[in-house]
Amino acid sequence: MHNKTITDLAKGLRSKEFSSVELTQRYLDRIKKYSDLNCYITVTEEQALKDAQLADSLLADNNANLLTGIPIAQKDIFCTKNIKTTCGSKMLDNFTAPYNATVIENFNHAGAVMLGKLNMDEFAMGSSNETSFYGAVQNPWQTNSVPGGSSGGSAAAVAARLAVAVTGTDTGGSIRQPASLCGITGLKPTYGRVSRYGMIAFASSLDQGGPMARSAEDAAILLQTMAGFDKKDSTSVDQPVPNYSAGLNNSLEGLKIGLPKEFFNEGLNNDIAVAVESAVNEYKKMGAEIKEVSLPNMKLAIPAYYVIASAECSANLSRFDGVRFGYRCDDPADLNDLYIRSRGEAFGSEVKRRILMGTYALSAGYYDAYYIKAQKIRRLIAEDFTQALSEVDVLMGPVSPSTAFAIGEKTDDPIDMYLADIYTIAVNLAGLPAMSVPAGLVDNKPVGLQIIGNYFTEDRLLNIAHQYQQVTDWHLQSPKGFE
Amino acid sequence: MPLSADEVKKIAYLARLGINESDIEAYTSDLSNMLDLMTQMGEADTDSVQPMAHPMDQMQRLRPDIATETDQRQQFQSIAPQIENGLYLVPKVID
Repeated sequence: MHNKTITDLAKGLRSKEFSSVELTQRYLDRIKKYSDLNCYITVTEEQALKDAQLADSLLADNNANLLTGIPIAQKDIFCTKNIKTTCGSKMLDNFTAPYNATVIENFNHAGAVMLGKLNMDEFAMGSSNETSFYGAVQNPWQTNSVPGGSSGGSAAAVAARLAVAVTGTDTGGSIRQPASLCGITGLKPTYGRVSRYGMIAFASSLDQGGPMARSAEDAAILLQTMAGFDKKDSTSVDQPVPNYSAGLNNSLEGLKIGLPKEFFNEGLNNDIAVAVESAVNEYKKMGAEIKEVSLPNMKLAIPAYYVIASAECSANLSRFDGVRFGYRCDDPADLNDLYIRSRGEAFGSEVKRRILMGTYALSAGYYDAYYIKAQKIRRLIAEDFTQALSEVDVLMGPVSPSTAFAIGEKTDDPIDMYLADIYTIAVNLAGLPAMSVPAGLVDNKPVGLQIIGNYFTEDRLLNIAHQYQQVTDWHLQSPKGFE
Repeated sequence: MPLSADEVKKIAYLARLGINESDIEAYTSDLSNMLDLMTQMGEADTDSVQPMAHPMDQMQRLRPDIATETDQRQQFQSIAPQIENGLYLVPKVID
């Protein structure tokens, strides 16, 4: 039953083929069996079984919806009331959130069963899940490889069937890149589509939560629960939420696909280029038209992103001061010593690098040269997308320039790690929605196809991904040993 | 653009971020490499471009100035490192 879609599981629960308690227990058993993958930081076994019992009674009373009794898991960046919420950091190792994130509330209302909290890069800063205080996560496709990041525990958990579906967050590719490296389907919604309330902030103008699942069909169901206006988030967009499942079967006849030439440059691994090309060919067969387009300023996305993300991170993480919650050093000599040592002892080295970079970029004398300059480039990049998306409906390309790399391979060179974000970060600067869809295997490691759409066209993206999944079976493949 | 170890120490102090003396050299080199990457931004002519702070160029939404939060002081303080009589405790600031 752990290979079924949400819709099939919901049917099974209703036909009493299995109960939510049985389904939940199956996943809890698998989580224990495959604990070496290190996907979970916290497993909420007791609560999950209680919630499953409640779900079973709701199902018996015919008072349930599609997600009632379905075991999911949450990235440990979402605050969960009275449950440990770490954000992958020693800073929050002792932190139990006093309230629920809106996303958590939404899933609770839908009756979903939460299995636990998923491993991630510390404060979502990383592309390999290796910066987590709780250790690296193994990629189930090849356990000496990284699952990607920052939502690495999320992606690995779905790939290894340790949850039906999960949440992730994407600041520079943190949903799409791990989805690509683990062979699952991930969607980063339009900025403002999913509430950020209770989602621990890294870079507030870029962060966006979204679903990660095995198929576009399941991702649509999750997004339906996650999306919507929230007055508790000042950047939430007040726009109606369409039915994301309704248009999944729409025809793609006449769909205009743009291939940005900058996505197929010399930095791209040839096998990945071939996989992306063959996916595009499938779309041609379904009646799509292909056109080359250009995003001329894309090269500048990396420096602009790392200035903006670091600047916002240094401001956001100033709240961790050892006074009101989180880690505090022993025997502080004075208030300054308390701040300096609490932060110095509890933040890992990647978080420290970004705080230092951000503090520098925002400091007097450098603000215009770095922060303002980066914001100007951000506009150029957003305008490039507006231009390209006026010529075509969606853009397609790779998600990541390579497949999953070995654990430890890039940890000594932070810049090398940053450069691997080349195809994902421009989308965050513009605030656009984008997906990663499984599109092949190279040396038994998954490759993702990226699909980028215009603002608030998540329904169209899901339709496009779903149609591809009707004619291919990459999304149905599972890593050996986890079937 | 190379930074000096002293500059890195100054930035770390501004951020109230403790860095071990033995790690200063590595951070200095990493930050210098990051700044090198960032100088690429100079290639773009942005003289007439307006900075973009937010993906939607959204205006901040306002709400009526009415207190809506309930008192959760006890719950919030239950996770604090050190409290006394409903106050957060820090080392003495004034002698």
